[in-house]
Amino acid sequence: MAATAAAMDRRDLAWYTDRAARVLVFIGGISAVVFILGIFVFVTKEGLDFVFGALNLREFFTSIEWRPTSNNPTYGALALIVGTASVTGFAMLCSVPLSLGAALFIAEFATGKTRETLKILVEMLAAIPSVVWGFVGMSIMHPLIIRIFDVPLGLGVLNAGLILGLMAAPIMTTIAEDALKAVPDTYREAAEALGATRWEVILKVVIPASKNGLLAAVLLGVGRGFGETMAVLMASGHAINLPTSVFDSVRALTATIASELGDTVYGSDHYGALFTLGILLFLVTFVINLTADVVVRGIRKK
Amino acid sequence: MDSGRQDPGTVEHGDYAIETRGLNLWYGDFQALFDVDLGVKRGIITSMIGPSGCGKTTLLRTCNRIIERLGYVRTTGSVNVLGHDIFGDDVELVQVRKQIGMVFQRPNPLPISIRENVLFGFRLHEARLRRVTAAEEDEVLESSLRQVLLWDTVKDRLDKPATGLSLEEQQKLCIARLLPVKPEVLLMDEPCSALDPAGTEAVEELIWRLRGDYTILIVTHNMAQARRASEECVFMLLGRIVEHGRTEELFLSPEHSETADYIEGRYG
Ligand SMILES: Nc1ncnc2c1ncn2[C@@H]1O[C@H](COP(=O)(O)OP(=O)(O)OP(=O)(O)O)[C@@H](O)[C@H]1O
Ligand SMILES: [Mg+2]
Repeated sequence: MAATAAAMDRRDLAWYTDRAARVLVFIGGISAVVFILGIFVFVTKEGLDFVFGALNLREFFTSIEWRPTSNNPTYGALALIVGTASVTGFAMLCSVPLSLGAALFIAEFATGKTRETLKILVEMLAAIPSVVWGFVGMSIMHPLIIRIFDVPLGLGVLNAGLILGLMAAPIMTTIAEDALKAVPDTYREAAEALGATRWEVILKVVIPASKNGLLAAVLLGVGRGFGETMAVLMASGHAINLPTSVFDSVRALTATIASELGDTVYGSDHYGALFTLGILLFLVTFVINLTADVVVRGIRKK
Repeated sequence: MDSGRQDPGTVEHGDYAIETRGLNLWYGDFQALFDVDLGVKRGIITSMIGPSGCGKTTLLRTCNRIIERLGYVRTTGSVNVLGHDIFGDDVELVQVRKQIGMVFQRPNPLPISIRENVLFGFRLHEARLRRVTAAEEDEVLESSLRQVLLWDTVKDRLDKPATGLSLEEQQKLCIARLLPVKPEVLLMDEPCSALDPAGTEAVEELIWRLRGDYTILIVTHNMAQARRASEECVFMLLGRIVEHGRTEELFLSPEHSETADYIEGRYG
């Protein structure tokens, strides 16, 4: 009896390994949540003093006067918000059709070597550092835009938007291609046997069946564009300005934080204002993701 | 076009719905069909039996050229469907497939509503020619579902996803969606193999009801099914047609010893 009991609760190496592995995996899983919460708490904490103190909400959202270093500082972020929105919007305008088209070609038409080569190229595109993109914007696109469109300055919405579009394209293409590939082949076969042409199969079966994934791809692309800093800083002209054409220079939220944070005094109003921009970025990203989630869920329920 | 039932004994050349001549087929380097000459008569049910891997599915899928999706398939010889050489240059694949409906081994409704599934082919083919009214669609929908005995079960959930139906209902739906475009020929690849016995019986009965209105070529592993549900029977072995004749004769007095062996279960 005692022997059996002893055997029943023996803790050998396998038991401890199992335990250790479980703890490790748990830590791994939880740490993502902890880090994100931590970042959010930190950003909010640093910005909050300013939000409840010197911030004039009305000015923040309606004025384009971003003059943090003047003797009489004003913090109007409208131009920065519009700057980010216009660059991201323009980028998506170029990038969404391009990326979805590329994904369709890779997933539905290309075969064998072509397919593999294209996939590798797209992945390589994703690996280019953003400062290199910024460099491309400054030293290649800038003179090119001046020459082609005969405008005085080539840094602006057009330049930054194109660069950002190219940067967001790989992730959109990859995710969209995964979504298309996830559509079971039996659907295509069924539709083709019913007499659908290649295009009809894609339009009426493959795209409807993968719309959640395609939407996710687009939203990830938007997120990518929204948060991009260095390339936008370099290609947008970084001028506080409400754009009236695609050739106008703008300044993005992210670029503002990146270029100014180093020069601020810890705890000053300027410091707090930059963190407030951070909170804004965070909230918008949060809303985008939440919307995506709700929309995707809604589709699924139907 | 007369699609009434024919007496298999007095069939002439023009009475074949599907006719293959010297058909060879390769998957890459592997030859799966050898010199197949098959004549499937109009308006009757022909069953195709044979051991696993003998090429039944391959032959069936060649008849509407769906096999070409694979990309590495090569054929020689000819396949005539309703008098047209489907490998000919002047043949539109879409029109071939309009004439030949296919039912797959696993029910494969599209991930859209029941209504859209039934109307899928109809919309494809009719919308190319003219405007289709909603009333007309409703009529087509109801009559197709009635023909497969599904109307009463699904009439209250026509806009629900078809993938929520039971397998038996799904397979019936897959048959129903072929009917609105009025095909001449129905190809069925083991349509009951994914179903339980009750479902099998129901779908079999349905297929039997469609006899006469359509030429049906059905692959089955189930000898009893072939026997009770078909008028002619084709026995295949290793990519060749060994024997083809009236079902009762093929089962009662097969000409070839391989057929006899298979029927008596010696191949498995
Ligand atoms: N996609 C494919 N690529 C290569 N070879 C294939 C392919 N499909 C089938 N084959 C081969 O072709 C031969 C015929 O296969 P087929 O599926 O037509 O047989 P079947 O009679 O339908 O068998 P089953 O009764 O198991 O369904 C088999 O030897 C099979 O291995
Ligand atoms: Mg088969």
